[in-house]
Amino acid sequence: MAVDTTVAPTPARQSIGELLGVVFGPVGQLLAFIVGSATSLALIVILLALALSPSQPDIMQRVVIILPQVIIDGLVRGFLFATIALGYTMVYGVLEFINFAHGEVFMIGGVVGATVSFLLVSAGAMESVPPLVFVLLVVLIAMAFCGTLAVTVERIAYRPLRNAPRLVPLISAIGMSLILQDLARLVMTNSPLGFNARYQTPNFGQPIQLFTMQVDERSVPVVLSPRDLIFIVAATLMLIALNYIVNATKLGKAIRATAQDMPTASLMGIDVNRIIALTFLIGGALGGAAGALFGLRIGTVNPYMGLIPGLKAFTAAVLGGIGNITGAMVGGVVLGFLEAFVAAYLSIFTGGNFSGAAYADIAAFSILILLLIFRPSGLLGEATTQKV
Amino acid sequence: MTTSTSSQSLWQRVTAPLSSGPTAYAFLALYVLICSALLLTNPRTELSTDIVFVLFMLSMLAVYRSRVATWFKVVLGVVALGIVLPYFGTLNPFYIDVATQAGIFTTLALGLNVVVGFAGLLDLGYVAFFAVGAYAWGIFSTTRISNINPAWGPVDPVMFYPFLIVGLILGLITGVLLGLPVLRLRGDYLAIVTLGFGEVIRVVANNLDRPINITNGSQGIRDIERPPIVIVDLVRNLGVVADDNRLYQLFFYYLVLIIVLLTVIVVARLKNSRIGRAWEAIREDEVAAVAQGIPRVRMKLLAFAIGASFAGVMGVVFASKQLFINPPTFDLLRSINILAMVILGGMGSIPGAMLGAIIVTMLDLQILPRLASVLREAQATGAPIPRQFDPTQYQRLFFGLLLVLMMIFRPEGLWPDERRREEQHEVEISDEDLEADKVTTSTSANTGR
Repeated sequence: MAVDTTVAPTPARQSIGELLGVVFGPVGQLLAFIVGSATSLALIVILLALALSPSQPDIMQRVVIILPQVIIDGLVRGFLFATIALGYTMVYGVLEFINFAHGEVFMIGGVVGATVSFLLVSAGAMESVPPLVFVLLVVLIAMAFCGTLAVTVERIAYRPLRNAPRLVPLISAIGMSLILQDLARLVMTNSPLGFNARYQTPNFGQPIQLFTMQVDERSVPVVLSPRDLIFIVAATLMLIALNYIVNATKLGKAIRATAQDMPTASLMGIDVNRIIALTFLIGGALGGAAGALFGLRIGTVNPYMGLIPGLKAFTAAVLGGIGNITGAMVGGVVLGFLEAFVAAYLSIFTGGNFSGAAYADIAAFSILILLLIFRPSGLLGEATTQKV
Repeated sequence: MTTSTSSQSLWQRVTAPLSSGPTAYAFLALYVLICSALLLTNPRTELSTDIVFVLFMLSMLAVYRSRVATWFKVVLGVVALGIVLPYFGTLNPFYIDVATQAGIFTTLALGLNVVVGFAGLLDLGYVAFFAVGAYAWGIFSTTRISNINPAWGPVDPVMFYPFLIVGLILGLITGVLLGLPVLRLRGDYLAIVTLGFGEVIRVVANNLDRPINITNGSQGIRDIERPPIVIVDLVRNLGVVADDNRLYQLFFYYLVLIIVLLTVIVVARLKNSRIGRAWEAIREDEVAAVAQGIPRVRMKLLAFAIGASFAGVMGVVFASKQLFINPPTFDLLRSINILAMVILGGMGSIPGAMLGAIIVTMLDLQILPRLASVLREAQATGAPIPRQFDPTQYQRLFFGLLLVLMMIFRPEGLWPDERRREEQHEVEISDEDLEADKVTTSTSANTGR
């Protein structure tokens, strides 16, 4: 049996330097893509504004004023897509199967967060909880719940179908997604939460003023709201932790081996079923955490909020190269920036004829279609031959 | 597996004399006659009528399935669907509406069956083609058209008939436009891209009220024209006294019936043609099919375009029948609804798709509302049922359960395609042989489970 090349026989103990390289290498790559896509999109926007400025003199000012805020928005969206996309890409890497119900796991994460917050409020303890403890509490409970949920879904709806033709588990996953949506609705509408559940939080304090920008003798403050900051920090921490698990632990090696060749991995003594369940657990936990943080940021959750972010996260996973963990993060961030820029600038450049917020979804899906035509392996994916 | 075959043979032993030979003629004639009589004597909307109505619809399937002479099937079919049902419809308009809806969705299910069942391409945005047809007629038959170019006025309602062809062509074009780029993709990518496309069409319809108000956005298009009924004077001369709404109900019923018949004929001919076999080959083993010289992309494109064109035609009919369309009519749930019909009946099976369409439509329009009223009565007597629970509001739950359970327990559907069933049976036998031989100790067969 030939030894795999990517799952290289690493020495039992890694030096600290190697460990840091394995864990932070992907993070560095991610950072490069963040800076790269933000600058290139900003350049495109400014060039467009320059081109249009003869006819609309004030367009440059309008473009530049909102630019920093758009970049922050893009970063938050990007980290959201990245954390959800990781669940898709890990499951795809191991099973070659699109876990359609993953968007619903994200939604349930939000609902769990809202429930925790509701319980705290009704116990009258919301004010006495420090904000940081609250965030940790919500995220950890959502991670535990959603990880378990994802494993349960896998056990019920996917494992019996593992040897079936490709379409069969996919249809089952679509069914599971519908079931989760309506179960969440059933529970929420029959509880004090209601269809649009409020997600109350302790007071996170004032927005942080990063710097002030001088635009034509006006000074524009650039602010970062604490909720956005929490989102970005938490997502970054989770991405680093995931990189550590996948690239530097024995469990991660088992996951990579299973993804590469399931029968061989099983012959090497890896309990494939356990690894698949763990993959769902990790993916589900990340999705749940993303849901809890997302709900915290927007303030309400509803049972149908998972579909569109789920689809876009899938787009992000494909954009980065599906099955590739760093790719999912990169794809998420790039898609987040693209979407933020379309949402903010489309109506400015079309004179208000096309509302950017409505067409941002179209932008995401058009990117998906174009990408699949021209580079189906994604930004970081290797060109793979189709397994038949 | 052995239990199912023995129960099937018992089932066959009971049904064999009823489906062939002289007893079959008597049985089928009697069945249709009794159901018709029951329907016509009790035209109120209540549970017993529901049951008889379902039995009546099932009688058509029994006729279709049985081995009696073709002329006999045709006579029974014409009597039941062409005379009894429309007449019953004049007594109780609710049921003819159900039948028309079932017909519309039968055509859609048959069209999607070409894509999903025959060619094995999972299309989750099928309703987009339906929307294209519906919006085409909605825009051209109302004053929306003047918003595009003030010189144009709404077309004459009589143009509805040629517009059926326009709807077909529009569906075809949209199908090709979407298909060309994405059909090279692997199956599961295709599912997501089509889903995205379906959403794109809906979002466009929802937002194309600016800069030019073409679709009227989320308000939807109202007052869509109905076509003039060509034989209205003839009908009136026959002494039928009916107001316009009744007449239109009958008109759309017959129109849909004709389109369904045409669709069934086209689809059945396609299935047994060279093209149909090429689709099947691609579905079963793409590499082998290409090696045999089947033009893969062209064949997939053909399946996509044909499926889309049926939806385009029905979109025109649907818009005209409903008089009103808005973007939520064409959401993802509708696509999944149609997919559930195909899967419930059996992918690749023509009678299966029809059965699935009828069952799901009835579930939607009759069974769930009935269940809701039963639950409400139970609530009134103090049963512990949450006040909020209304089964008609939980379609997603029902369809989701249906999809998952079908995939786990009966992926071939309720009425599987004959050829597919034989293939599955073959696989079972070879599996059993392997079991008996016990040649493998622990190979890949064990790792999967």
